[in-house]
Amino acid sequence: MADQPGLTVKFEQIGKAAVVTPQGEIAYSEAPQFRQWLKKAQEARPERIVVDLSAIAYMNTPGVATLVEALQIAKKNKYRLILVGLSTNVRAVFEVARLHTVFEIVETRDAALA
Amino acid sequence: MSPSSRPGAEAFPTPARNPDLTLHMLSDPRFLSGARSLLSSVAEKTGLSSTSCAQVALAVDEALCNVIRHGYQRRTDAPIWVKLWLLSSDSRGPGIRIVIEDEAQQVDPCEIKSRDLADIRPGGLGVHIIKEVMDFAEYEKRSPTGMRLTLVKYDGPSPDRAASGDAS
Repeated sequence: MADQPGLTVKFEQIGKAAVVTPQGEIAYSEAPQFRQWLKKAQEARPERIVVDLSAIAYMNTPGVATLVEALQIAKKNKYRLILVGLSTNVRAVFEVARLHTVFEIVETRDAALA
Repeated sequence: MSPSSRPGAEAFPTPARNPDLTLHMLSDPRFLSGARSLLSSVAEKTGLSSTSCAQVALAVDEALCNVIRHGYQRRTDAPIWVKLWLLSSDSRGPGIRIVIEDEAQQVDPCEIKSRDLADIRPGGLGVHIIKEVMDFAEYEKRSPTGMRLTLVKYDGPSPDRAASGDAS
Protein backbone atom coordinates (compact mmCIF):
# COMPACT_ATOMS: atom_id res chain seq x y z
CA MET A 1 0.00 0.00 0.00
CA ALA A 2 1.72 3.14 -1.20
CA ASP A 3 1.54 5.97 1.30
CA GLN A 4 -0.01 9.26 0.28
CA PRO A 5 2.23 12.17 1.33
CA GLY A 6 -0.27 13.26 3.97
CA LEU A 7 -0.77 9.89 5.65
CA THR A 8 1.23 7.05 7.13
CA VAL A 9 -0.43 4.06 8.76
CA LYS A 10 0.84 1.56 11.31
CA PHE A 11 -0.85 -1.83 11.68
CA GLU A 12 -0.45 -4.09 14.71
CA GLN A 13 -2.09 -7.17 16.11
CA ILE A 14 -2.30 -7.01 19.89
CA GLY A 15 -3.87 -10.15 21.31
CA LYS A 16 -7.09 -10.64 19.40
CA ALA A 17 -7.32 -6.97 18.45
CA ALA A 18 -6.20 -5.39 15.20
CA VAL A 19 -4.91 -1.89 15.84
CA VAL A 20 -4.73 0.64 13.03
CA THR A 21 -2.85 3.85 13.79
CA PRO A 22 -2.95 6.46 11.02
CA GLN A 23 -0.80 9.58 11.25
CA GLY A 24 -1.34 12.83 9.36
CA GLU A 25 -4.68 13.62 7.77
CA ILE A 26 -7.49 11.58 6.25
CA ALA A 27 -9.19 13.58 3.52
CA TYR A 28 -10.12 13.06 -0.12
CA SER A 29 -6.68 11.88 -1.27
CA GLU A 30 -5.85 9.74 1.74
CA ALA A 31 -9.19 7.97 2.28
CA PRO A 32 -8.57 5.18 -0.29
CA GLN A 33 -5.26 4.28 1.37
CA PHE A 34 -6.88 4.32 4.80
CA ARG A 35 -9.62 2.03 3.50
CA GLN A 36 -6.98 -0.47 2.36
CA TRP A 37 -5.46 -0.58 5.83
CA LEU A 38 -8.87 -1.10 7.40
CA LYS A 39 -9.46 -3.93 4.94
CA LYS A 40 -6.20 -5.52 6.07
CA ALA A 41 -7.41 -5.27 9.66
CA GLN A 42 -10.72 -6.88 8.70
CA GLU A 43 -8.96 -9.72 6.94
CA ALA A 44 -7.09 -10.53 10.16
CA ARG A 45 -10.48 -11.64 11.56
CA PRO A 46 -9.98 -9.89 14.91
CA GLU A 47 -12.35 -9.80 17.84
CA ARG A 48 -12.11 -6.05 17.64
CA ILE A 49 -10.56 -3.36 15.49
CA VAL A 50 -9.08 -0.39 17.30
CA VAL A 51 -8.50 2.74 15.22
CA ASP A 52 -6.18 5.08 17.08
CA LEU A 53 -6.82 8.56 15.68
CA SER A 54 -4.69 10.45 18.19
CA ALA A 55 -2.16 11.41 15.48
CA ILE A 56 -4.78 12.57 12.99
CA ALA A 57 -4.86 16.35 12.81
CA TYR A 58 -7.59 16.59 10.19
CA MET A 59 -10.37 14.44 8.83
CA ASN A 60 -13.27 15.27 6.55
CA THR A 61 -16.20 13.28 5.20
CA PRO A 62 -14.23 10.94 2.89
CA GLY A 63 -12.37 9.77 6.01
CA VAL A 64 -15.54 9.55 8.06
CA ALA A 65 -17.27 7.60 5.27
CA THR A 66 -14.43 5.08 5.31
CA LEU A 67 -14.99 4.52 9.02
CA VAL A 68 -18.77 4.24 8.58
CA GLU A 69 -18.14 1.57 5.97
CA ALA A 70 -15.79 -0.26 8.36
CA LEU A 71 -18.38 -0.03 11.13
CA GLN A 72 -21.01 -1.61 8.93
CA ILE A 73 -18.65 -4.47 8.10
CA ALA A 74 -17.83 -4.89 11.79
CA LYS A 75 -21.51 -5.10 12.73
CA LYS A 76 -22.21 -7.55 9.96
CA ASN A 77 -19.36 -9.78 11.14
CA LYS A 78 -20.16 -9.26 14.82
CA TYR A 79 -16.96 -7.68 16.10
CA ARG A 80 -16.32 -4.28 17.64
CA LEU A 81 -14.84 -1.23 15.97
CA ILE A 82 -13.47 1.20 18.53
CA LEU A 83 -12.18 4.71 17.87
CA VAL A 84 -9.54 6.18 20.16
CA GLY A 85 -8.00 9.58 20.74
CA LEU A 86 -10.13 11.91 18.64
CA SER A 87 -8.80 15.47 18.59
CA THR A 88 -11.21 18.35 19.12
CA ASN A 89 -11.44 19.04 15.39
CA VAL A 90 -11.93 15.40 14.42
CA ARG A 91 -14.54 14.89 17.13
CA ALA A 92 -16.34 18.00 15.88
CA VAL A 93 -16.77 16.41 12.44
CA PHE A 94 -18.33 13.31 14.01
CA GLU A 95 -20.60 15.50 16.13
CA VAL A 96 -21.77 17.65 13.23
CA ALA A 97 -22.53 14.46 11.29
CA ARG A 98 -24.34 13.08 14.38
CA LEU A 99 -22.07 10.04 14.28
CA HIS A 100 -20.47 10.42 17.71
CA THR A 101 -23.26 8.32 19.21
CA VAL A 102 -23.08 5.68 16.51
CA PHE A 103 -19.41 4.79 17.00
CA GLU A 104 -17.84 3.35 20.13
CA ILE A 105 -15.38 6.10 21.08
CA VAL A 106 -12.97 5.89 24.01
CA GLU A 107 -10.25 8.16 25.29
CA THR A 108 -7.26 5.83 25.50
CA ARG A 109 -5.81 2.86 23.70
CA ASP A 110 -5.73 0.95 27.00
CA ALA A 111 -9.46 1.43 27.35
CA ALA A 112 -9.99 0.20 23.80
CA LEU A 113 -7.91 -2.92 24.42
CA ALA A 114 -9.32 -3.70 27.88
CA MET B 1 -32.21 26.24 14.80
CA SER B 2 -32.10 24.10 11.72
CA PRO B 3 -30.09 25.30 8.72
CA SER B 4 -33.31 25.76 6.75
CA SER B 5 -34.63 28.31 9.25
CA ARG B 6 -31.53 30.48 9.17
CA PRO B 7 -31.48 33.95 7.57
CA GLY B 8 -31.62 33.93 3.78
CA ALA B 9 -29.50 35.59 1.13
CA GLU B 10 -30.93 39.04 1.91
CA ALA B 11 -29.15 38.92 5.26
CA PHE B 12 -25.80 38.37 3.52
CA PRO B 13 -25.62 40.83 0.60
CA THR B 14 -22.78 40.58 -1.88
CA PRO B 15 -20.10 43.21 -1.10
CA ALA B 16 -19.97 46.02 -3.65
CA ARG B 17 -16.29 45.52 -4.32
CA ASN B 18 -13.99 43.05 -5.95
CA PRO B 19 -12.91 40.04 -3.89
CA ASP B 20 -10.10 40.63 -1.43
CA LEU B 21 -8.52 37.39 -2.59
CA THR B 22 -9.06 35.14 -5.62
CA LEU B 23 -7.63 31.64 -5.95
CA HIS B 24 -7.74 29.99 -9.38
CA MET B 25 -6.99 26.30 -9.00
CA LEU B 26 -7.37 23.11 -10.98
CA SER B 27 -9.66 20.32 -9.84
CA ASP B 28 -6.66 18.30 -8.71
CA PRO B 29 -6.97 16.77 -5.21
CA ARG B 30 -3.32 17.61 -4.57
CA PHE B 31 -4.34 21.25 -4.19
CA LEU B 32 -7.08 20.65 -1.62
CA SER B 33 -4.84 20.76 1.42
CA GLY B 34 -3.17 23.99 0.28
CA ALA B 35 -6.48 25.68 -0.50
CA ARG B 36 -7.84 24.66 2.88
CA SER B 37 -4.77 25.96 4.68
CA LEU B 38 -4.84 29.26 2.78
CA LEU B 39 -8.48 29.94 3.62
CA SER B 40 -8.01 28.92 7.23
CA SER B 41 -4.95 31.13 7.57
CA VAL B 42 -6.74 34.14 6.12
CA ALA B 43 -9.72 33.52 8.40
CA GLU B 44 -7.38 33.41 11.37
CA LYS B 45 -5.73 36.71 10.39
CA THR B 46 -9.20 38.21 10.03
CA GLY B 47 -9.75 37.54 13.70
CA LEU B 48 -12.08 34.56 13.55
CA SER B 49 -11.80 32.16 16.47
CA SER B 50 -9.89 28.92 16.05
CA THR B 51 -13.19 27.04 16.07
CA SER B 52 -14.60 29.23 13.30
CA CYS B 53 -11.38 28.89 11.28
CA ALA B 54 -11.56 25.09 11.53
CA GLN B 55 -15.20 25.21 10.43
CA VAL B 56 -14.39 27.45 7.45
CA ALA B 57 -11.57 25.11 6.42
CA LEU B 58 -13.82 22.07 6.71
CA ALA B 59 -16.66 23.66 4.73
CA VAL B 60 -14.34 24.80 1.93
CA ASP B 61 -12.68 21.38 1.80
CA GLU B 62 -16.02 19.59 1.61
CA ALA B 63 -17.23 21.98 -1.08
CA LEU B 64 -14.11 21.53 -3.21
CA CYS B 65 -14.28 17.74 -2.79
CA ASN B 66 -17.86 17.83 -4.06
CA VAL B 67 -16.87 19.92 -7.08
CA ILE B 68 -14.08 17.50 -7.98
CA ARG B 69 -15.97 14.29 -7.29
CA HIS B 70 -19.51 15.09 -8.38
CA GLY B 71 -19.19 18.20 -10.54
CA TYR B 72 -16.16 17.25 -12.58
CA GLN B 73 -16.45 13.46 -12.12
CA ARG B 74 -12.86 13.35 -10.77
CA ARG B 75 -11.32 15.22 -13.71
CA THR B 76 -8.13 16.88 -12.49
CA ASP B 77 -7.70 19.60 -15.11
CA ALA B 78 -10.86 21.66 -14.75
CA PRO B 79 -11.01 25.17 -13.29
CA ILE B 80 -12.23 26.16 -9.85
CA TRP B 81 -12.30 29.73 -8.56
CA VAL B 82 -12.36 30.55 -4.87
CA LYS B 83 -13.14 34.21 -4.09
CA LEU B 84 -12.95 35.67 -0.64
CA TRP B 85 -14.18 38.86 1.00
CA LEU B 86 -13.30 39.91 4.52
CA LEU B 87 -16.33 41.09 6.47
CA SER B 88 -16.91 42.98 9.67
CA SER B 89 -20.08 43.55 11.63
CA ASP B 90 -20.59 45.67 14.74
CA SER B 91 -22.84 43.05 16.24
CA ARG B 92 -21.24 39.88 14.96
CA GLY B 93 -17.56 40.69 14.79
CA PRO B 94 -15.25 39.57 12.02
CA GLY B 95 -16.53 37.41 9.22
CA ILE B 96 -15.66 35.91 5.90
CA ARG B 97 -17.52 35.43 2.63
CA ILE B 98 -16.34 32.75 0.23
CA VAL B 99 -17.66 32.09 -3.26
CA ILE B 100 -16.64 28.87 -5.02
CA GLU B 101 -17.32 28.71 -8.76
CA ASP B 102 -16.79 25.98 -11.33
CA GLU B 103 -17.62 25.07 -14.91
CA ALA B 104 -19.04 21.66 -14.08
CA GLN B 105 -22.37 20.33 -15.26
CA GLN B 106 -25.21 22.38 -13.83
CA VAL B 107 -27.68 20.82 -11.45
CA ASP B 108 -30.85 22.17 -9.91
CA PRO B 109 -29.78 23.71 -6.58
CA CYS B 110 -32.86 22.16 -5.01
CA GLU B 111 -31.36 18.76 -5.78
CA ILE B 112 -28.27 19.53 -3.70
CA LYS B 113 -29.30 18.58 -0.20
CA SER B 114 -27.98 16.67 2.75
CA ARG B 115 -29.23 13.18 3.41
CA ASP B 116 -31.20 11.92 6.38
CA LEU B 117 -28.63 11.56 9.15
CA ALA B 118 -30.61 8.72 10.68
CA ASP B 119 -29.64 6.70 7.65
CA ILE B 120 -26.18 5.55 8.73
CA ARG B 121 -24.18 4.92 5.59
CA PRO B 122 -20.98 6.16 3.97
CA GLY B 123 -21.18 9.31 1.88
CA GLY B 124 -23.62 12.16 1.46
CA LEU B 125 -22.50 14.06 4.53
CA GLY B 126 -20.59 16.91 2.90
CA VAL B 127 -23.56 19.17 2.14
CA HIS B 128 -24.94 18.66 5.62
CA ILE B 129 -21.63 19.65 7.19
CA ILE B 130 -21.27 22.72 4.98
CA LYS B 131 -24.75 23.98 5.93
CA GLU B 132 -24.29 23.12 9.56
CA VAL B 133 -20.98 24.87 10.21
CA MET B 134 -21.54 28.00 8.09
CA ASP B 135 -24.01 30.81 8.81
CA PHE B 136 -25.08 30.85 5.18
CA ALA B 137 -24.58 28.40 2.32
CA GLU B 138 -26.35 28.69 -1.00
CA TYR B 139 -25.88 26.88 -4.31
CA GLU B 140 -26.94 28.49 -7.58
CA LYS B 141 -26.36 28.04 -11.26
CA ARG B 142 -23.56 30.15 -12.64
CA SER B 143 -23.84 31.95 -15.97
CA PRO B 144 -23.11 30.71 -18.56
CA THR B 145 -21.91 27.39 -17.16
CA GLY B 146 -21.15 25.69 -13.90
CA MET B 147 -22.25 26.19 -10.33
CA ARG B 148 -21.65 28.76 -7.63
CA LEU B 149 -21.60 28.15 -3.89
CA THR B 150 -21.69 31.15 -1.55
CA LEU B 151 -20.57 30.65 2.04
CA VAL B 152 -20.63 33.18 4.89
CA LYS B 153 -19.28 32.76 8.39
CA TYR B 154 -19.20 35.31 11.22
CA ASP B 155 -17.59 34.73 14.57
CA GLY B 156 -20.64 35.87 16.49
CA PRO B 157 -24.08 34.29 16.21
CA SER B 158 -26.61 35.75 13.82
CA PRO B 159 -29.36 37.78 15.54
CA ASP B 160 -31.88 35.00 14.91
CA ARG B 161 -29.60 32.33 16.30
CA ALA B 162 -28.70 34.39 19.36
CA ALA B 163 -32.39 35.02 20.06
CA SER B 164 -33.13 31.31 19.93
CA GLY B 165 -30.19 30.54 22.20
CA ASP B 166 -28.53 28.53 19.45
CA ALA B 167 -24.98 29.79 19.30
CA SER B 168 -23.34 26.54 18.24
